[in-house]
Amino acid sequence: MTAVLFLVVVALARIAIVFSFCFGLVVVFTWAERKGAAYIQDRRGPNRADILGFRAWGMFHPLADALKFLFKEDFIPDNAQRLFYQLAPMFAVAPVLMSIAVVPFGPDVTIFGRRVALQIADLNVGILYIFAVTGMTVYGVVLAGWGSGSKYPLLGGLRSSAQMLSYEVSMGLSLVGIFMVFESLRLSRIVAGQGELLFGFLPKWGVVVQPLGFILFITAQYAEANRTPFDLPEGESELVAGYHSEYASFKFSMFMMGEYLHMVIGAVVVATLFFGGWQVPFLADTGFVLPGGASVPLPEILVIALRTGSIFLKSLFFTWLYVWVRWTIPRFRYDQVMRLGWKVLLPLSLVNIFATGLVLLLLGK
Amino acid sequence: MAERNEMETRNGKLDLQSEPMLINIGPSHPATHTTLRFRATLDGETILDLEPEFGYLHRGFEKESEAATWTQVIPYTDRLNYVSPLMNNVGYVMAVEKLCGIEVTERCKYIRVIISEISRIIDHMVCIGTNMVDIGALTNFWYFWKPREEVYKVIEELCGQRLTTAYTRIGGVMADLPEGWTDRLLAVCRGVIPECIADVNALLTKNRIFIERTMGIGPITPKDAIALGFTGPCLRAAGVPLDLRKDEPYLVYDRFDFDVPVGEAGDTCDRYMVRMEEMRQSLRIIEQAVAQLPGGPVNVDDPRFILPPKPQVYENIEALMNHFKIIMEGIRVPAGEVYSATEAANGELGFYIVSKGGGSPWKIKVRPPCFPLFQGIPHLVRGQMIADLIAVLGSVNIIAGELDR
Repeated sequence: MTAVLFLVVVALARIAIVFSFCFGLVVVFTWAERKGAAYIQDRRGPNRADILGFRAWGMFHPLADALKFLFKEDFIPDNAQRLFYQLAPMFAVAPVLMSIAVVPFGPDVTIFGRRVALQIADLNVGILYIFAVTGMTVYGVVLAGWGSGSKYPLLGGLRSSAQMLSYEVSMGLSLVGIFMVFESLRLSRIVAGQGELLFGFLPKWGVVVQPLGFILFITAQYAEANRTPFDLPEGESELVAGYHSEYASFKFSMFMMGEYLHMVIGAVVVATLFFGGWQVPFLADTGFVLPGGASVPLPEILVIALRTGSIFLKSLFFTWLYVWVRWTIPRFRYDQVMRLGWKVLLPLSLVNIFATGLVLLLLGK
Repeated sequence: MAERNEMETRNGKLDLQSEPMLINIGPSHPATHTTLRFRATLDGETILDLEPEFGYLHRGFEKESEAATWTQVIPYTDRLNYVSPLMNNVGYVMAVEKLCGIEVTERCKYIRVIISEISRIIDHMVCIGTNMVDIGALTNFWYFWKPREEVYKVIEELCGQRLTTAYTRIGGVMADLPEGWTDRLLAVCRGVIPECIADVNALLTKNRIFIERTMGIGPITPKDAIALGFTGPCLRAAGVPLDLRKDEPYLVYDRFDFDVPVGEAGDTCDRYMVRMEEMRQSLRIIEQAVAQLPGGPVNVDDPRFILPPKPQVYENIEALMNHFKIIMEGIRVPAGEVYSATEAANGELGFYIVSKGGGSPWKIKVRPPCFPLFQGIPHLVRGQMIADLIAVLGSVNIIAGELDR
């Protein structure tokens, strides 16, 4: 009985922690986006919202935004197909949240004599699960575009369904190299595999063994998340706001939340697959073991803190990268995006698979 | 029409069972910046036809002017191209002066050159900045915004206003330059502006995405550009080196050493390049003008046009009457008609003025540079994609204030 209770409590705790981590990061991310954009653009950014005179560098703006969205009129246009119109925001948020379930945030830990994985679910097809689930977000966009009963959203919906579907292909193929090298689809195995050292000194991170795969994946990831330079489904200048032009109030904020969650999770996945996940270079279970043979023993609790801290920092860096890229380069045109997806990324990812296979064959694995 | 037919065959005359979609862009749309409207016929994302419509910002400038004195029209001209109001002020008073046969003082001519060129710079900054916003590069906009603010500080010092300057007067300017103004202007021109041009240049000019978005987009041949009445950067981008500052020098432009940049293809990229280079050339002109700036009075010594000094108005009756007549009845401009054009930031800004000899104009007709550009937009974008329309619209720089008047 206690065993079952323990499992239930652990499962709930993991879900609560991971979800609050994601939502917390989304809030911080929206703030970082606005503040980061401001500093990149030589201005101050949001700094007016205050609570009892505390401004906290504009940290309260996400809160103010959330309140504003909650209290606005929940407007549904006359032309809208009500069912699709209402379903769309849910499709934008829910699948993204589901995909975080398989990401490991640290190695197994022992609590009360039981081993507990720092991961909601350790599926043996982990990465396929992520693809399957995040692939559903395109429904949100398509339903919003179609259900709004308006022309600009329709154009936006068409654009993004084409874009997201085509990039799904090269995104999946760009990861095949990783599966071949680490011989698993299970995220925990992939992360564990990245703890090894190449030639005795180089961490065997995904980015080291699959540099081309990394570039392809992160590019496709940006396209999947509808992020600059691929943000044309929204294409705010030509299509007003693209597929969510007709949305207001909390439904609109759900689209925004879905978009930011998508980026947060994209960043976590990039960190997990290509930057060692929770691995810290040269950090073994007992402490640092340097290539020269020197070692620095550390207590176990510190090792765990370092490891979960490391995936947190890596994710933060990649979320910041989204901001950095967005405010630096212009947006592609629709046909250019499609051309890039089919004529550049797809052949390159096939080449990458071939080259990886060749190297593995020559190494005799 | 030839292009249209060619394009229809290229697109296979639309897919089976599909029909063109009519979409309304504007008058309130993020990319129109001002109140313009297009009715676009789309096949997917390709523009089959485009119908520009204007008049949403019509304020009746030309009719309104007939009820004002010649001097009272000057503030109205601020509202024409509100991105570079000083140039409109200069253009208008030059037309009236031409009709009156006034030759303004040397110092006044130099001041007018200087204010025109700083206006040209900030106008181009806004044009390039907003154009980049439309293609998704918001940062460039802010890189130009801050220097523009510095320029506005200098302008504010000059005439007390940032936007509604009304700085020029018939026969001179409102007031002489403030003490040390040229130093502060040069500090901005040397310190802030070249830096921001270099920043934007670094971010865009060799950026592959930018080049793909702009090169070959909205091209025009020199012949078509002339036929449509294009002037200014858009015409020069098409390869026609027409610049009124060189070809029909007015004020003292013939005394400065500057180049007129020209493009080759007349596409969005060339328009951007021409504007970037024009900003650098304007900086050169300002440097030379400030160095050559002569002393002496800024206004002509003619009581028919220029208000008497304030102390005299309070002290003697002749000056008071003179002041009263000019204010209440306006300057007497001899009967006749005149066309005078200046090279404004967007192209040829012309004023055609008819006077019947009264204190106010009989008719003022403005030739705004935007108007031919606006009617040329369908020609530029037909057969291209809707995203290209946005890039082209930003690069030809339509200012509804002078388009609709």
